[in-house]
Amino acid sequence: MDKTHILSILVENESGVLTRVAGLFSARGFNIDSISVAKTLEKNESKIIITTSGDSYILEQITKQLNRLINVIKVQELTDEDSVVRQTVLVKVNADETTRADVFRIKDIFNGRIIDVSKNSYTLEVTGSEKKIESLIDVLKPMGIKDIVKAGTIAMPRSKKSS
Amino acid sequence: MKTETKRNEVQQAAGQRQSTSYAKKELMTGSRIIIESLIREGVDTIFGYPGGAVLNIYDELLNYKDKIRHILVRHEQGAAHAADGYSRASGKIGVALVTSGPGATNTITGIATAFMDSIPMVILTGQVPTNLIGNDAFQEADTVGITRPCTKHNYLVKDIKDLAKTIKEAFYIASTGRPGPVLIDIPKDITSSVTEFEYPADVELKGYNPTYFGHHVQISRMVNEILKAQRPLFYIGGGVILSNAGTELKEVAELLDIPVTSTLMGLGGFPSEHPLFFGMLGMHGTYPANMAISNADFIIAVGARFDDRVTGKVEEFGRDARFAHIDIDPSSIGKNVKIDIPVVGDVKSVLNSMLEMLNGKNKEIESGRYERLKWLEEINAWKYEHPLSYKMTDVIKPQFVIEKIYELTGGDAIICTEVGQSQMWTAQFYKFKNPRTLLTSGGLGTMGYGFPAAIGAQVARPDKTVFDIAGDGSIQMNIQELGTAVQFNLPVKIAIINNNFLGMIRQWQELFYDKRYSFSEMNVNPDFVKLAEAYGAVGLRATKPEEVEGVIKKALSVKKPVIMDFVVAREESVYPMVAPGAPITGMLLV
Repeated sequence: MDKTHILSILVENESGVLTRVAGLFSARGFNIDSISVAKTLEKNESKIIITTSGDSYILEQITKQLNRLINVIKVQELTDEDSVVRQTVLVKVNADETTRADVFRIKDIFNGRIIDVSKNSYTLEVTGSEKKIESLIDVLKPMGIKDIVKAGTIAMPRSKKSS
Repeated sequence: MKTETKRNEVQQAAGQRQSTSYAKKELMTGSRIIIESLIREGVDTIFGYPGGAVLNIYDELLNYKDKIRHILVRHEQGAAHAADGYSRASGKIGVALVTSGPGATNTITGIATAFMDSIPMVILTGQVPTNLIGNDAFQEADTVGITRPCTKHNYLVKDIKDLAKTIKEAFYIASTGRPGPVLIDIPKDITSSVTEFEYPADVELKGYNPTYFGHHVQISRMVNEILKAQRPLFYIGGGVILSNAGTELKEVAELLDIPVTSTLMGLGGFPSEHPLFFGMLGMHGTYPANMAISNADFIIAVGARFDDRVTGKVEEFGRDARFAHIDIDPSSIGKNVKIDIPVVGDVKSVLNSMLEMLNGKNKEIESGRYERLKWLEEINAWKYEHPLSYKMTDVIKPQFVIEKIYELTGGDAIICTEVGQSQMWTAQFYKFKNPRTLLTSGGLGTMGYGFPAAIGAQVARPDKTVFDIAGDGSIQMNIQELGTAVQFNLPVKIAIINNNFLGMIRQWQELFYDKRYSFSEMNVNPDFVKLAEAYGAVGLRATKPEEVEGVIKKALSVKKPVIMDFVVAREESVYPMVAPGAPITGMLLV
């Protein structure tokens, strides 16, 4: 069964490392649904978060092949239950006299912010789970979305609960 | 004259510094750092071809003539294959040195060949000066970008301070874990700038830590299952040879009377004439090998990777068996076939652990022996039912040539092959006794590999007779290396199985395309005898079966490169054969 998986890949921050990781996915026919890369606090280390899809066999292959790369330090699968997962979206939506109040209300419901305003549009910034972002888009669509940019998913494991 | 004296001084200084070891850091050019580092890695041979971006390194190389032998090839592809052949024949790391742009791109096939077969190699490529990188400069190519998917790892050295460390890492990565080629791209300005030289004692790689010792619990599960199995079978691959585990494998197999079958890459890992050995399996595997794998109840894959040419229809491969798989590369395990007992580790080390565990289990070993011997008898029956065979006629049969080469070399030669029919007949009819005596492009299937590889092997093993068994098609892919062989007095023996066809292509067209021989006939070939003579080598020809022995004997008696042109039956095919994607029990026999 194909399922979405989130992989957290700790790499040495060397030139070309992103190409190595991305090249591996294309060379072996794996998918990248979203990707997000940034330095960590550790010197010379970066973290790549990739969302991909496939069955458990594909996931095992991806993990093993990633581990073969010399610059890859650690590969970890982050599951929805054991980790916090966030997406951020910027949406520029039509906001004239008839819709402005609605957009404003939706922004509040989704815990978002308005970060840019013009005569006819508001730009919203919303962060949340993938589902939340999807439903935001569904709600805004009828009003007319002028532009949309989504960042790659980021995620980290939840702290262990002391029980 | 003045420069000459200067060079001598430099050389003397180099000699002195070596004796005083690393006590004092010395200022050196990048070029010298490269060569000094190579020497510290034990390199005494380089296969290469000069060019603009590596001129500084080449100039320095002259100062080290007594320490490093440089073999000038005729094409950079030849350098890569020769370094590969050198490595396979000796177990050491092969080194190639080429220039930027076309020099580097010409090595790609050689690098990819080594990558697929896990051969430890270091390739040094020149690059345009750092300030020109990205400018589409003369002879510029994104070498690191191009070679990324076909190297184990690669580097672009942007700062001379990283040079020695990079070389250290490259040799370490190439030779440890699952071995492979590592490329270092070195811009020209780095080779001329100067820094303090200190060769690092260790490497520190956070993301690289190969597992050598197999997990005790897994090994013990595997041993117990072997002891319980009634029809166990070893399926060995190139990992046995890379890990130098031939002796250990033989010990385990003999202790338990477990039959052995091998991939193309594993041939030589177990003696072919041994009563427990049943030959190669897979598409052109022997009948007993393919029947054994299909009827075994427990298969132990040892340093093999379940390639599609081995498994045939993968669902039917080992259809009645449970699998254990010993491999140093976890990503090989479970990739194509579901494995019941994975053992990640070095083949030699894991086999040694098995021997230790078996020690003291005499009772268990003996209690299963009867069943195992019965199984062995069953496989032997298959062997007698359908042995490898061919029909003699009044034209030369390719298989006959291979058998004669085997007979006249006593199975003691290093045999390199090209790719196609001649390769498969070699695998079937030459009975390899020892590891590192078959050098063949198994994974990538590179025509043009065999001859330059033979040159590398002959450089590594001057004491050995080295053959390249070729077809008339593949020999022409790197025929220019005859110049190299003659120049460096490398008495490689080339046996051309000449059928004026791309034989394996013709065979597939015969079987699967209604004999529509689309562009597989080599209508024009050179006169190979004259060609050899033109290069200053020896050319011999046999056109009748009774001439074969004489030609081979003659070739063995001359201390020069020899081409033997065996004019063979034109439409002979390799059998058994399993159609691609079919179960390997579905063998087309002779």
